[in-house]
Amino acid sequence: MKRLLILTGFGPESAAYRVVPPTGHTVWLTGFTAGAMTFLAVFALALSLAAGRLADRWADALTNTATIRISAPPDQLAAQTRAVLDLLGTTPGIHGARALSDAEQRALLEPWFGPDLPVDSLSLPQLVEFTENDGGYDAQGLRLRLQAEAPGAVLDDHTRWRRPLTVAAERLRLLGWLSLALIGGALAAMITLAANASLAANAQVIRVLRLVGAQDDFIAGAFVRRFTLRAVAGAAVGMVLGVAGILLLPSADAAGGFLTGLGFQGWGWLVPLVLPAIAALVAWAATRTAAFSKLRELT
Amino acid sequence: MISFDKVGYSYGGGELLSDISLTLAPGSFHFLTGPSGAGKTTFLKLCYGELLPTSGRLTLFEGEARSLSRNDVAMVRRRIGVVHQDCQFLDHLPVAANIALPLTVSGKEPDVADLEDLMTWVGLRPLADALPPSLSGGERQRAAVARAVIMSPEVILADEPTGNLDWEMSQRLLRLFVELNRMGKTIVIATHDMNLIRTTKGQVAARVLRIQNRRVQLAGADL
Repeated sequence: MKRLLILTGFGPESAAYRVVPPTGHTVWLTGFTAGAMTFLAVFALALSLAAGRLADRWADALTNTATIRISAPPDQLAAQTRAVLDLLGTTPGIHGARALSDAEQRALLEPWFGPDLPVDSLSLPQLVEFTENDGGYDAQGLRLRLQAEAPGAVLDDHTRWRRPLTVAAERLRLLGWLSLALIGGALAAMITLAANASLAANAQVIRVLRLVGAQDDFIAGAFVRRFTLRAVAGAAVGMVLGVAGILLLPSADAAGGFLTGLGFQGWGWLVPLVLPAIAALVAWAATRTAAFSKLRELT
Repeated sequence: MISFDKVGYSYGGGELLSDISLTLAPGSFHFLTGPSGAGKTTFLKLCYGELLPTSGRLTLFEGEARSLSRNDVAMVRRRIGVVHQDCQFLDHLPVAANIALPLTVSGKEPDVADLEDLMTWVGLRPLADALPPSLSGGERQRAAVARAVIMSPEVILADEPTGNLDWEMSQRLLRLFVELNRMGKTIVIATHDMNLIRTTKGQVAARVLRIQNRRVQLAGADL
C-alpha cells in the first residue's frame, strides 16, 4: 500500500508539474539566468530611482527661483540694489526678493577661494535672489525694466544651466528603465532558449503524453509551470543578493555625490520585491510561446 | 466508429497501404496479421491519428482524420487505448504514475483501489514505485496494457501485445481483451501469433484481417 501512496497528491495539478523531468542542464540555466538578470535589474532599478530623485531635486531646487547680479561701481551698488528690490516688488509674478548678505556671498565663493576671502576688499557683484509665483513672470519685460532702472543688473533665471542638468538626470532615469527593459528581454530570450532545449530534450515525454491523450494546453502547462517556478526561485535569490549589494554601498551622507546615493529610499525598498513576479511573468510568456511553437513543430 | 474509405498511405518511398475500405464497428474484435513490414503498425497508427492517410477518407469517431486539430486528436486518443510494440513511458515517474497517466492528462484523479486492482491483475503491484527503465520487456508490456485500459476506452489497439510475454501471461492478457470486448469495447490486435488467434477464436467472435499486397483482406477459415 505504501507504494500506492505515491499517487497521493498525484492529482491533476501536481501531476502536470511532475510529467516534465526535474533534471537537466536547463534547470540550473534557467535559475541562474533569472538570478543573474534579477541581480542586475536591482541595480538598474536603483539607478533609475536615484536618477529620478536627482532630477526631481534639481528641478525643485532651481524651479521658481532666479538671481539678479548687479555689477556697479561701489558708490552706486547700494542704490542699484535698492532700485532692483523696488522694481521686483512691483513686478507681477514675483513672490519675494532679497539681497544676499556678505556672509552668504562668502559662503558661495568659499569652495573656490577658501574661508578667509576678504569680501569687503573685493569688488564683487551684489546678488539678489527672488522667487516667483506659480504663474511665473515676464522675464523679457523684467530685463528691459532692469536695463532702464539699474543698468548694471543682469537677470539670470537659471534656465541656461538648469535645463541641461535636468535633461541629464531625466536621460539617466530613462537609461535605467531602458536597462530594465533590456534585462527583461535578455531574460525572455535566455528562458526561451532553455525552454526550447528542454522541449527538444523531452521529445519522448511529449510523444508519450500525446499518445495518452494530452492536449497542447496540458503539455505546454507542464513546461510553463516548471520553468516559471525555476525562474521565480532564481529571481528571488538574485533579488536578495542585489538588495544586499545595494545595502553594502557607502552611504550618501558619508561621501556625498551621485554614485554613493545609488540605492532605494522609503517605499523604494519594496520595489525590488516585484522583480521576481516580473521574472515569473517573463518566464511564463517566454515558455508558453516556445512550448506552443515547439508543439506545432512536433505534430 | 473507425471507418476507412479507400484509404491509402504512402511514405516517401512508395505506397505502403492502398485502397483500404472497412469499418471497425463498436464491440467488434479483430486480429490484424501479415508479414513483417506489411503495414500493420502503420494501419494501427492511422487508427489513432498518429498518421494521416495520403488518400481516401478516414473517419475517427465523428470526425474526418485530416480535419482534426491536434486537440481533437488528443480527445480521440482518450477514447482509444494503445499498446505499442516499443512501450514508451515517462522514465522519471514510477510505474503506478505511468499507468495512471491517461487519467492525469484528462484531469481525473486516479482511484487508488481501482489502480491497485489493475496493477494486481497485470502482476505489477509489487513494482508500483519502480521506475520504467528497471522493468523487463514483459513487465513493460504489461504496464503498457494497464495504461491502455485504465481509461476504459471504447477502442483498444494493440501492436504485438504478447511479444514479450510468456504463454500464461499472454493467456491472461487475452482474457482481459476478451472481457473488455464483452463489455462492448472494440479490440484490434496486430500479431504474428497464430496460436493466440486460434485460442481467442474459441472464446469470442473475432475476425482476422490480413494485410497483403498493400491491401487489407478478410482472412479465410484456414486460421
